[in-house]
Amino acid sequence: MTIRLMQGNEACVEGALRAGMKFYAGYPITPSTEIAEISAIELPKVGGKFIQMEDEISSMGAVIGASLTGLKSMTATSGPGFSLKQENLGYGIISEVPCVVVNVQRGGPSTGLPTSPAQGDIMQAKWGTHGDHATIALYPNSVREIYDMTIRAFNLSEKYRTPVILLLDEIIGHMRERIEIPEDDEIEIIDRKKPTCSPDEYKAYEVKEGDIVPEMADFGTGYRYHVTGLVHDETGFPAGATKAEALIRRLIDKIEDNKDDICTYEEYMLDDADIAIVAFGCTSRSAKSAIKSLRGEGYKVGMFRPITIWPSPEKQLEKLSKRVKRIIVVEMNDGQYFLEVDRIAGKNTLVEKYGRLNGEIIPPHEIISVVKEAYNG
Amino acid sequence: MASTLVKEYFREDKLPHIWCPGCGNGIVTRAIVKAIDSLGLDKDNVCIVSGIGCSSRAPGYLDFNTLHTTHGRALAFATGVKMAKPELEVIVITGDGDSSAIGGNHLIHACRRNIDITTIVFNNNIYGMTGGQYSPTTPTGDKGTTAPYGNLDANFDLCELTKGAGASYIARGTAYAAKQLEKFIAEGIKNKGFSFIEAITACPTYYGRKNKKGSAVDMLQTVKESAVMDKAWDRLSEEQRQGKFKIGSFHVEAKPEYTEEYKKLIASFNKGEE
Amino acid sequence: MKYKELRLSGSGGQGLITGGIILAVAALQDGLNAIQSQSYGPEARGGASKAEVIISEEDIDYPKVEKSDILLSLTQLSCDKYLCDLKAGGTLIIDESVETPDRDDITIYKLPILDTATNKLKKSMVANIVALGVINKITNLVSEESLEQAVIERVPKGTEELNKSALYEGYGLIN
Repeated sequence: MTIRLMQGNEACVEGALRAGMKFYAGYPITPSTEIAEISAIELPKVGGKFIQMEDEISSMGAVIGASLTGLKSMTATSGPGFSLKQENLGYGIISEVPCVVVNVQRGGPSTGLPTSPAQGDIMQAKWGTHGDHATIALYPNSVREIYDMTIRAFNLSEKYRTPVILLLDEIIGHMRERIEIPEDDEIEIIDRKKPTCSPDEYKAYEVKEGDIVPEMADFGTGYRYHVTGLVHDETGFPAGATKAEALIRRLIDKIEDNKDDICTYEEYMLDDADIAIVAFGCTSRSAKSAIKSLRGEGYKVGMFRPITIWPSPEKQLEKLSKRVKRIIVVEMNDGQYFLEVDRIAGKNTLVEKYGRLNGEIIPPHEIISVVKEAYNG
Repeated sequence: MASTLVKEYFREDKLPHIWCPGCGNGIVTRAIVKAIDSLGLDKDNVCIVSGIGCSSRAPGYLDFNTLHTTHGRALAFATGVKMAKPELEVIVITGDGDSSAIGGNHLIHACRRNIDITTIVFNNNIYGMTGGQYSPTTPTGDKGTTAPYGNLDANFDLCELTKGAGASYIARGTAYAAKQLEKFIAEGIKNKGFSFIEAITACPTYYGRKNKKGSAVDMLQTVKESAVMDKAWDRLSEEQRQGKFKIGSFHVEAKPEYTEEYKKLIASFNKGEE
Repeated sequence: MKYKELRLSGSGGQGLITGGIILAVAALQDGLNAIQSQSYGPEARGGASKAEVIISEEDIDYPKVEKSDILLSLTQLSCDKYLCDLKAGGTLIIDESVETPDRDDITIYKLPILDTATNKLKKSMVANIVALGVINKITNLVSEESLEQAVIERVPKGTEELNKSALYEGYGLIN
């Protein structure tokens, strides 16, 4: 059993390497830069490749290019860089290329607060790139969970052939805490399914019976196929509007129909709760601290923490909405996830938001006041 | 000859192509395929990457590992492919707008790294796919749909640009002199480093009509008459150079190639383990 | 239950983040939980910089220090800035160059930390380790063995002996 003091961003790289990351392309940006720096140190040691690209756009492009040759690939960024990545993120979605995109959130919009935390990219993670699509986004809240969720992000990207977004925030990305490195038998590594048919029979975007996604051949292995950002048919070649509905529907359904597999969450002291706090990332740590105090004073309050932010754990949130009197969504933004929670739970219970935009983590005493007010008001 | 080339290297079921009658893109695409054929490259080991635009549709017709990416970003994707799998022969097909406007940053940095990618720019001096807007290579004063009174911008000399940025092989040829273009492309592919080949081609539909350049045949004739081999160019006076451009293989330089250097870095760690 | 919040403050470049990391590593070594965090300013050197450490026998949920139990201030600027967040009954450790503040609800230690590093050890950059020695001697947060091991583990290679001396000089300032 190895116990270490590790920074969140460092745990992200360690998890990525454990998952089999062999390629990283990135561009310096606070507060994600350590992820690039540590990748630059570690990747050549394991025969992997690191490249600092000329910008965020090209980093995203290079990651997709590398993944097409079969390498597990990752990039990391923060707010402004995440905005720039959206173009090729959409390309990765429509061309179904696995990769991991880390966004260590900071205050925005624009250059905003470069060194302060925020959770303002929740909706961007879902809808940042244009057009209809489904997204997988994970949001851990501890150093160990960053390690685990980075591995999971790779696994989900390989399994569902889509870019997976790993959301962090400045607080959890930069803080150092105790991590127990898991043993090999505690972790699962998933690799993309490769074709077994002959190159002549290979249809690059055909989903075989019983599969979720098309089998993916590495470039340079004899399967000469075409990859495009245009709407395409099962052969991978441009197909025009008649094929659009089927393709986009399939891209959405492969994620939405597998929520039971994709969605993870934590329920904390909810069994007898009247009030449920919904929180994630650094804010969920404040919430947990607040709940411990409140419980000590007899308040029946608990927390629902989505670890998979997108797709949202709809079933669980709906169930929750039927047994609590009130849900308070606490997040470091002006109520982004609140919109999703209210959509799901609003018909059954009162859903409120508590947020902030000043670049400072919401402290437990504020959450305590909000809950007490809800009780007494 | 053409038919065997088509059979061997084109995805016949994807033809006919979308290019207009008289467009030079077919000639340039054929020159690329001929160059690949002359070098005897294994199709499985060739990856052709493109961006967005008329020329960038070429990979769809070609029977290799093909990657049709986002506007301007072909070199970004290609850099990922080449870094990840250096044994692949990576060729980028791009246009003047794709490579030097929206993709200009990627172009200069790919040159700077001297990464072993061969880039062929189909330069038709216009944005064709979107209907004839002026590009960074539209000559000053010429018209486009977005330069209705004549283009005010100065135009890029892409070969000078890439030379300044550090490419190790640079040539300019034309769709008229297809054989010579094929030779430049083959030299570019053979060069271990970043190779840049500008192929001057004609867009009769938009650039030609907007600027009253005549028929497709007239335009190709103009290309022929305006293109001057570099040695002859050096002997021309400034006055004689008016309305002409130089062609040739301008620059060959031996220098460290990016993926080779990275390979050495990886090897230095393996040595430590022994 | 042991639960202590520390704030190490001074100016950027004084190695306070490294100091915080060393303390956290030592705490883990002792089987405790620890979280180290910092606030970043745009400046790499100068300004008022702080590192925060929370040490606890239990899980640590909220990762930031709100009101510290222990405050180290190596500069006047940082003392002025962070003193108000030191709890009543808390411990303030200041360099001798810092003015003694007017607070009677805290214990104040005023010591030649910077001078010890600069003049006695001839290396101003080990002031952070001298300070760690002082802090731990006063508070007994972690065991001396774990702290020494953490120092050796986390300082640049080749400077282990110097830093060990700095740690002992720090201990020596408290008698």
